[in-house]
Amino acid sequence: MGKSATSRTILLLAPLLLFLGLAYVVPFLGVIRWSVTLPEPGLGQYHAVLTDPLVQSVFIRTLRICLIVTAAVLVMAYAIAYVWVRGTPAQRMLAEFCILVPFWISVLTRAFGWLALLSNRGLINTWLQAAGIISEPLALARNEFGVVIGMTHFLIPFAVFPIASAMRAIDERVLLAARGMGASRSRIFWSVFVPLTYGGLIGAALIVFVFALGFFVTPAILGGGRSVMVAELVYLRIFQSPDWGLGAAISVVLVLFIGILLALMRRFIKPAHLVG
Amino acid sequence: MPQRMQLGDAKAAEIKAVSIGKTFGAFRALKDLSLDIGRGEFLTLLGPSGSGKTTFLMILAGFTAPSEGRLMMDGRDITDVPAEDRSYGMVFQGYALFPHLTVEQNIAFPLKVRGRSAADIKRRVGEMVERVGLIGHEKKLPAKLSGGQQQRVALARALAFEPSVLLLDEPFSALDKNLREMMQEEVKRLHQETGTTFVFVTHDQSEALALSSRVAIFNHGELLQVGRPQDVYERPENRFVAEFLGEINLLPLDALRLDGDSAAGQFEDRTIVLARTNPQIGPKAVAAVRPEHMTIAAAPQNAGHNAIACRVEDATYLGAVTRYHLKTRTGASIAVSMPTVATPPFAHRADVWVSWPVEQGFLLPHQT
Repeated sequence: MGKSATSRTILLLAPLLLFLGLAYVVPFLGVIRWSVTLPEPGLGQYHAVLTDPLVQSVFIRTLRICLIVTAAVLVMAYAIAYVWVRGTPAQRMLAEFCILVPFWISVLTRAFGWLALLSNRGLINTWLQAAGIISEPLALARNEFGVVIGMTHFLIPFAVFPIASAMRAIDERVLLAARGMGASRSRIFWSVFVPLTYGGLIGAALIVFVFALGFFVTPAILGGGRSVMVAELVYLRIFQSPDWGLGAAISVVLVLFIGILLALMRRFIKPAHLVG
Repeated sequence: MPQRMQLGDAKAAEIKAVSIGKTFGAFRALKDLSLDIGRGEFLTLLGPSGSGKTTFLMILAGFTAPSEGRLMMDGRDITDVPAEDRSYGMVFQGYALFPHLTVEQNIAFPLKVRGRSAADIKRRVGEMVERVGLIGHEKKLPAKLSGGQQQRVALARALAFEPSVLLLDEPFSALDKNLREMMQEEVKRLHQETGTTFVFVTHDQSEALALSSRVAIFNHGELLQVGRPQDVYERPENRFVAEFLGEINLLPLDALRLDGDSAAGQFEDRTIVLARTNPQIGPKAVAAVRPEHMTIAAAPQNAGHNAIACRVEDATYLGAVTRYHLKTRTGASIAVSMPTVATPPFAHRADVWVSWPVEQGFLLPHQT
């Protein structure tokens, strides 16, 4: 029986595994081959990844943006998840609406939406200028600030689910017990509620960080070519300055890095906690 | 903002509930409940699930606000004092330990909340760990402890700050029988040692009788009777209390005559004489006798009073006692428990007489 159950599982998973194998693994093997053969065989491109000042600065910028985005997302997602899990029925519905609606709008539309708000001739700058509050437009887009805003907005829902799941798992009686012992609301929140959601927070942080590392569309549009992140650098190396070997080597390094993070994630939290 | 009252400093408190009512939507969870809880007593709230006993405990704790009535503690009205300012000790069903804190951190929590000094906390936590027998487990997380050990942590945590009242909500419901009996002893000992007022909720009647100085019996949101264990067991005021506290034989009486302190009636042409303890008895009543108060013999005892002819249907050997199931001439069932050593076993289908002393039977209203 165990054997037939296993074979049924494999059968059900087969289409997905086949698809991932053909669409992901095989092409990626090609990318690995390019990284050690173009323009000549050897590990030269990896040496370049580790030493080239341009590549280095892009990696550092990517890490910086991802860390800022992760921190911003966690704070906001925690607040939204709190309202979603512990609010009144009306508040819960509002929170659910705020979480789900952005999900249905494409990443491209959202990036252009932010551009319409944040650019030099965008809504915010024109209003502020019309109101006489500023004379020169504020630099809100085509820089890291715009990229951080766009990415944060996109990633919040992904963090809400694991955090809300951790909050839902808290035994109400534990919070009552703390109250009964005379603890104030802020003490209950900081020394009981928050520690009991650490698992969800770590999971959310890793998901957001890993997603953020590979962002392409949002930084390309809201960064306006001035704050290039790793994914965009790969694109530029392959499509604009044909340097396939370097682009491939950067890709391999990125995939390795993400693989390590995912392995860490598996150690810290159960996959079921991530989907809410 | 209400003035923050400093409660819970007194060693043991006296609580008075006055006409407490609670409705949840259309559901009346508690009806007009008045009850005095004495200083240092061990009061058990007993009843089936949904009887209102837990609702009352939550109102005592301050987690639930009553819809009507007032709650007084040591003469002060505490109805509107929130739970965090009442600061009674509480042991929850399922213990509600902080899963991210070790045993000693759990016990230290209420002391930290009170801003005690580090040295004071360390000393007090050490005392409590010793008192509940958890030495060697101080650094463990609750998940690493057995059910009984978690229970001890919950008790130590609830008593660490010397609350004036300890509330216990079905604390032993998850424990197996042996462990439950051990913990009952432990709770009894802690009550004697601390002198604190204990209010204990359970649906287990034997637990209530074993632990309490008084038992309050609830059903359908009403307090039916409150009294010492022997009072509620031996002199229940209504059929629900009589039946909930243990098995009881109920014999409908005809031609009821009330005469001062005693009552008499007819059951299957036999005269039944009882002490009259319940003043509110209508024209129809039943005689109530606990199985262990009846004896089986070949002839009527008590000079023929309170003796019923029966046939033995079944005998079950239970060790210390043997339980007999009998049928009267008209087919009514009677249960009798007799000490196994005291009597020779009665044969199946033997014709016997069941008798009981006048003072062991009592009248109950016919309706429940």
